[in-house]
Amino acid sequence: MSDPVDSQGFAVVGHNEPKVDAYALATGKPVFAGDVNHDDALHIAFLASKHAHARIASIDTSRAEALDGVALVLTHENTPATMYTTAGQGYPEPSPYDTRMFNPTVRFVGDRVAAVAAETPEIAHAATKLIDVTYEALPAVLSIDEALAPDAPIIHGEETATGIHDAAHNIVSVVNVDIGDVEAGIADSAVVVDTTCETQYAQHVPIEPHVVQAYLDNDGRLVLLTSTQVPFHVRRIVARVLDLPVHRIRVIKPRVGGGFGAKQEILLENVTGLVTLRTGRRAIAELSRPEEFVSSRTRHPMRVRVRLGAREDGTLRAVDMEVISNTGAYGSHGLTVMSNAGSKTLPLYNRAPDVRYHGRTVYTNLPVGGAYRGYGATQGYFALETAMDELAAKLGMDPVEVRRLNHIRVGETSPIFAAIGEGKPGVEQTVGSCELERCLDIGAEEIGWADKRGMRYRDGPWVHGVGMSIHMQGSGIADVDMGAATIKMNDDGSFNLLIGATDLGTGSDTILGQIAAEVLGVPLAKIVVYSSDTDMTPFDVGAYASSTTYVSGNAVRRAAEEVRAQIVAVASAMLEEDPDGISLDDQHAIGASGERVSLEEIALRSLYGTDQQQIGATASFVGDESPPPFLASFAEVAVDVETGQVRVLDYVAVADCGVAINPHAAEGQVEGAIANGIGYALTEEMLFSSHGRVRNPTLFDYKIPAAPDLPRIRAILVDSYEPTGPMGAKSVAEIGINAPIPTIANAIYDAVGVRLKNSPFTAERVLAALDAAT
Amino acid sequence: MSTTITLTINGIEQPVAVELGESLLEVLRREGFTSVKHGCDTGDCGACAVLLDGDAIDSCMILAVAADGRAITTVEGLETDGRLHPLQEAMIDAGAVQCGFCTPGTVMSGIDLLSRNADPTEDDVKAALAGNLCRCTGYVKQVDAVLAAARVMKGGPDVGSG
Ligand code: FES
Ligand code: FES
Repeated sequence: MSDPVDSQGFAVVGHNEPKVDAYALATGKPVFAGDVNHDDALHIAFLASKHAHARIASIDTSRAEALDGVALVLTHENTPATMYTTAGQGYPEPSPYDTRMFNPTVRFVGDRVAAVAAETPEIAHAATKLIDVTYEALPAVLSIDEALAPDAPIIHGEETATGIHDAAHNIVSVVNVDIGDVEAGIADSAVVVDTTCETQYAQHVPIEPHVVQAYLDNDGRLVLLTSTQVPFHVRRIVARVLDLPVHRIRVIKPRVGGGFGAKQEILLENVTGLVTLRTGRRAIAELSRPEEFVSSRTRHPMRVRVRLGAREDGTLRAVDMEVISNTGAYGSHGLTVMSNAGSKTLPLYNRAPDVRYHGRTVYTNLPVGGAYRGYGATQGYFALETAMDELAAKLGMDPVEVRRLNHIRVGETSPIFAAIGEGKPGVEQTVGSCELERCLDIGAEEIGWADKRGMRYRDGPWVHGVGMSIHMQGSGIADVDMGAATIKMNDDGSFNLLIGATDLGTGSDTILGQIAAEVLGVPLAKIVVYSSDTDMTPFDVGAYASSTTYVSGNAVRRAAEEVRAQIVAVASAMLEEDPDGISLDDQHAIGASGERVSLEEIALRSLYGTDQQQIGATASFVGDESPPPFLASFAEVAVDVETGQVRVLDYVAVADCGVAINPHAAEGQVEGAIANGIGYALTEEMLFSSHGRVRNPTLFDYKIPAAPDLPRIRAILVDSYEPTGPMGAKSVAEIGINAPIPTIANAIYDAVGVRLKNSPFTAERVLAALDAAT
Repeated sequence: MSTTITLTINGIEQPVAVELGESLLEVLRREGFTSVKHGCDTGDCGACAVLLDGDAIDSCMILAVAADGRAITTVEGLETDGRLHPLQEAMIDAGAVQCGFCTPGTVMSGIDLLSRNADPTEDDVKAALAGNLCRCTGYVKQVDAVLAAARVMKGGPDVGSG
């Protein structure tokens, strides 16, 4: 029974089942955390720092407290001084404990100074303006270079902070990995390229901003209804910060209106929970759009230098990557995002015997970095795939061919897998599935690579070009991420599937339901999926690191197999047949003789008849590897040589995600990730004043792609089967976002012969590059 | 300052107490029409779109008092005889609902388009959805859904969208 589900002929898996929550969402049911309306709730508003770096000399809340309708004002003077990290990661978190709920020193424009809870949002906002704060301004650090300057102001000098690599020099974390001798390898290479790329501050822009409601249940326990990716981490971290036992907190994750990593963070839960504990009243906190931009989390900007050395035949001889990541004012995900810039990129090119990865993360007095779809790989791939393109040009080879010569294949490994992990060493692994060759074949064909490359087709001022890049990611954090699932059988032969796995809009409830349905021989409609609620569902680390399909999916598969074995045992007694010959199909147990008994009859007998028992099981899964999905990305762009404007005319993304449990959902992940990546490549950038204030914190000024801005993104899934995945599946959610920056940069080069090394590729930057080249 | 206005919401005429400075979005959500989402408050995301006398508008951009005496349709009002609107069906079938936070607003803009143009092109659909930001889907399956709904509403076969 080790592999009871055949990879062929799935009944539910591999089908475009409508999402289990689609009806409620399409009809606008009150399923989001902000949808539950309560007249008696207190509303929370925040006072944010106008200084990039300042000590709060005094803070007087008496005028705010006196305002009619104000229930409570919170500052650093009346809240816990417990140091923690807002990063919603596993325990112990690999991010430094460098913040309090409210800090006596503010470290960026937008840092939290105080919170007001009042009867209406208007009163709460009005009261924030009545808080009198005297600041003692401190010198601010507004760039990577300023952070690393010899006499740089120290951003985290507080003695209570822990887990910072070198606070005196603003260095949050360092990772140095040397395999072989990269300098010797470079010296021994026939062709060398050396390229440095820099990425910008960008925000996730979930259309639903962060929102939390807190209330006390009838036993006085604190309930947090929160738009989060990490309910179990929320419970653990809030318990510690508010000094409550874990069992006095219940975290419920309703539907989430997108997260993309921004909600892998404990931002509002502490404050909302504390308001409820202090007042006994329901409280709600919801970030405004400008607060979401400035005061939630961002993508860590990075400066990445890549040196590649190749032999004359185009095979890599040495690969060197050097990363400086800017985590802003606090070190949330500072170490691990930087680590992933190397760990998720370098194994892709495993031919080079000499490889080096040196990374650092620095503090600045700018908005805070966090988890963002792609998680460092996005930044790393910009430089790596630009360098590969430069290498192809230097060698006079087709960029596709240079990738073919060098990418990892089935049965191969890379020393980087074991060398770089997340806060500890990684895990050795051998690639068990990789269809990158076919991804390249299909992508090149679909974009018209052979006909268009180097042709520089011209239409007025518009010059066309094509570009490409290849990518890998992972499927969960090996040896770290754990997911669990509970399945129980009901009277009518249906099942409850209870999962801590956290559907944040991706469709994971649906695909996990499909996995259970497949094993149990029932249609998806017979699986009632519930996620996630710390009182009701088993543990799961949550939705991040591309873990859900693989880690939680394997847990669901295991639980379903245990339940199946119990069903078969009952059926064996009922049919008087050998259990080994019994299969489950079409809501029946079918014996070798062809005799059938329905799941309903089995359930009724178990619950009310003979040998009474609840048929059900809980199972857990931890990956001992993290199988990478792969992607080949191709784009055709047009560059206006008079204005510098870039238009994406066609985009083809061909993915190997193993078996797609639900092809629509998997395609949707690729399409959405590519769209987000195109925005990141062309328009999305947080702009700062000379004092570190975000100048464009609105959806009008920070331009994310709208429907007319994008070509019809063509996501193509190739047939693939990951032997260790549930039903052959790997992850798919993150990988796509890594592709557009290098793909578009390389297409711009093909069109007009200039290399863009600072994203986003705005008209101004492209024009400047064109001017510099002439 | 509060006042009472008359709104016809999803076909039901009703008096509604509002503050003078309140947006239609705030009032609709308070009255329990939770399909109307709050994404920006500046008219940039479209999550709050409703039909006002048949035209899609961002309800955060209009004062509730300005809607006095007018007819509003939200997603809650689309179901007839227990059947979803063809565009809602199409959104579900096309896999166009990911997190679903943008879905109600997008549905309203799509219905507005289909009421003016029974046979839209892909570019027509994209233009109609220009004010409805979606961070999840890349719009591919949303556009497919509107085109599929147009086919269904014309009475033709729903040839599907792949
Ligand atoms: S909330 Fe109205 S357009 Fe965004
Ligand atoms: S489906 Fe999530 S914003 Fe559109």
